[in-house]
Amino acid sequence: MRSLMYVLTFLTVIGAAFWAYHENYKTQAALGEAQAVRAEIRDARARLAVLKAEWAYLNRPDRLRDLAEVNFDRLRLMPLQPDQFGRVDQVAYPKPPEVPITDPIEVSSAGANE
Amino acid sequence: MIRTPLRPLARILDARRKGENPDAIERENLRIRHEQMRDKARLRAEGRLLVMAVMFFCAFGVVGARMGTLAASEPMEPRAQATGASIIANRADIVDRKGRIMATNMETFSLYAHPQQMIDPERAATELVKIFPELDHDRLRKDFTGNRKFMWVRKKLSPEQKQSVHDIGEPGLLFGPREMRLYPNGALAAHILGGASFGREGVHSAEVIGTAGIEKFFDKELRDPAREGAPLQLSIDLTIQSAAERVLLGGMKLLNAKGAASVLMDVHTGEVISIASLPDFDPNDRPRPLTEGDASDSPLFNRAVQGVYELGSTFKIFASAQALELGLVNPGTVIDTSGPMKVGGFKIGEFNNKNYGPLSVSDIIVKSSNRGTGRMALSIGSKRQKEFLEDLGFFEPTPLEIVEAKGGQPLLPQKWTELSSVTISYGHGLSSSPLHLAAGYAAIANGGHYVAPTLLRQDGPRLGPRVMSERTAAQSLEMLRKVVTEGTASFGEVPGYHVGGKTGTADKPKRRGGGYYKDKVINTFASVFPTTDPKYVLIVTLDEPVETSGTKPRRTAGWTAVPVAAEMIRRVAPLLGLRPDVETRHLTGIINTSN
Repeated sequence: MRSLMYVLTFLTVIGAAFWAYHENYKTQAALGEAQAVRAEIRDARARLAVLKAEWAYLNRPDRLRDLAEVNFDRLRLMPLQPDQFGRVDQVAYPKPPEVPITDPIEVSSAGANE
Repeated sequence: MIRTPLRPLARILDARRKGENPDAIERENLRIRHEQMRDKARLRAEGRLLVMAVMFFCAFGVVGARMGTLAASEPMEPRAQATGASIIANRADIVDRKGRIMATNMETFSLYAHPQQMIDPERAATELVKIFPELDHDRLRKDFTGNRKFMWVRKKLSPEQKQSVHDIGEPGLLFGPREMRLYPNGALAAHILGGASFGREGVHSAEVIGTAGIEKFFDKELRDPAREGAPLQLSIDLTIQSAAERVLLGGMKLLNAKGAASVLMDVHTGEVISIASLPDFDPNDRPRPLTEGDASDSPLFNRAVQGVYELGSTFKIFASAQALELGLVNPGTVIDTSGPMKVGGFKIGEFNNKNYGPLSVSDIIVKSSNRGTGRMALSIGSKRQKEFLEDLGFFEPTPLEIVEAKGGQPLLPQKWTELSSVTISYGHGLSSSPLHLAAGYAAIANGGHYVAPTLLRQDGPRLGPRVMSERTAAQSLEMLRKVVTEGTASFGEVPGYHVGGKTGTADKPKRRGGGYYKDKVINTFASVFPTTDPKYVLIVTLDEPVETSGTKPRRTAGWTAVPVAAEMIRRVAPLLGLRPDVETRHLTGIINTSN
């Protein structure tokens, strides 16, 4: 009985050690992954910042105005004027759809005199 | 344990036999037993003390070792906790009221040299000068071949420049990462943003510090890592700022003005939607301040905030508003404005020596009569006038969130005499910035509350203390409207926006004192729109403008600042989302009927 206890205890210790070892490796792997993700986030942030800056630079009002002037022939863009405001009641209602003729009737005056 | 008895029978009997006292044996035994007990207790106590000592030693040892490792190790972000946002140490962005970027950061590189590691310093110097023509070749060669161990070559590099330096192949030329402040919109809103430069510099990083404008005012907040990179949102609208600057520049060139400034402010929240000062500069490459001459000639000078000018007749409305408020007059009260009028030995004249005769208060504003407002000022009295202008914020620099605002200290007369009172009523003798004027007009426009101008986006009205009654404000507003419909600012009418305002033409004082220039003026138009439901004030100031389309050069605000302001309103009001209020014509002859 006693020897069985010893064997069992020993096996438990081996099992626990193995489990701890395993968990340790898993933790290390997770930490490594977290670090990689973090580095990715950092790079993405830097990239985002550059893209935002570029977006702002390309959309700066001076450039847009120059582009509007260069492309005036095609786009005819003008600054917003007070007379460009409309009212809702100036917008026409959409025309009701024409009812399709599903049952045409032949109308003819042939033989009307008979 | 076998306890030895205190009175062992054998020894007692033996002692009795010998006639000794058996009690001595008991005492002796008792003594021995006590001694044994004492020794045992001491041993135990000593053992315990030892255990305690070891425990304390271990505990302090652990603490000490941990402190040692913490002190010796490199700091790093914790990896194991999932704390969400990591620390963002970048300087926060600055965005406009719609979230468009006005200032952001960019990663770049700086170039430094370790001359002792150089293989061919002469060639390195020659090649560097080829890439950066502004470097001095001789100086560079001297530095590279001398005793220096470290030197900065350039603070910022573009990626192309970095590659070219790389291609030199010199191991003594090294790059350090740098965070650079970038203003993508160039010169737009330059005076608000100010600029930034490097503070303490190391090889691996450098701190970016604001040098002027809002960058300096909010330097600490922008650098605070606890913001987690949340941008600073301004009240400025980039589109409107751009349109306003464009119109102002056009007006300035057309009217041959030396400089110009405009302020567009929300009358309820105090938000400055656009504030421009020309000439301007590029904050990415901020020019150095002038070392000699007048600071106001530098493009760095913010005319709208720092520039204190005598703003002329635009002040008249404050005199009339106060007279109305105090019940001294009503808009229809007739005041005799005919001359001559002498105060403190000085003659008070009208523009072009006109004589308007008796005028109602409303007409005094419409026709801009100096004597009329002067007479009102006299009946108000200097003490009350002073208090009123102080309530409107004309005594302190404006609380705008840029460092330059403190420089806009209004110039007040040293002694507020009766004469000062009269001249101030028509805008001479008290110099203030266009922004002060905007705050003053905002009080009239919003129904009588002082409102402090701000550059930060607000969520709702921020009305300050009441400075005049709602009735006074409404009556003053009506007069301002009349100035445009039938007075000096007839060019200011913008169909649909019911503009009201007051012109101001002030002679420029000579720089060294001693009177005013004859042909140099500051023209101002202070306007409110729409007067039917005031939402914005717009101040346009032109420095030394002259209108030359007629036979004689014209220098009155009605010919210079007013058309510029009207054009600005025409451009900006639709962008602000204001629908023009045009009378809708009913179709004649069509009547709604039903049957």
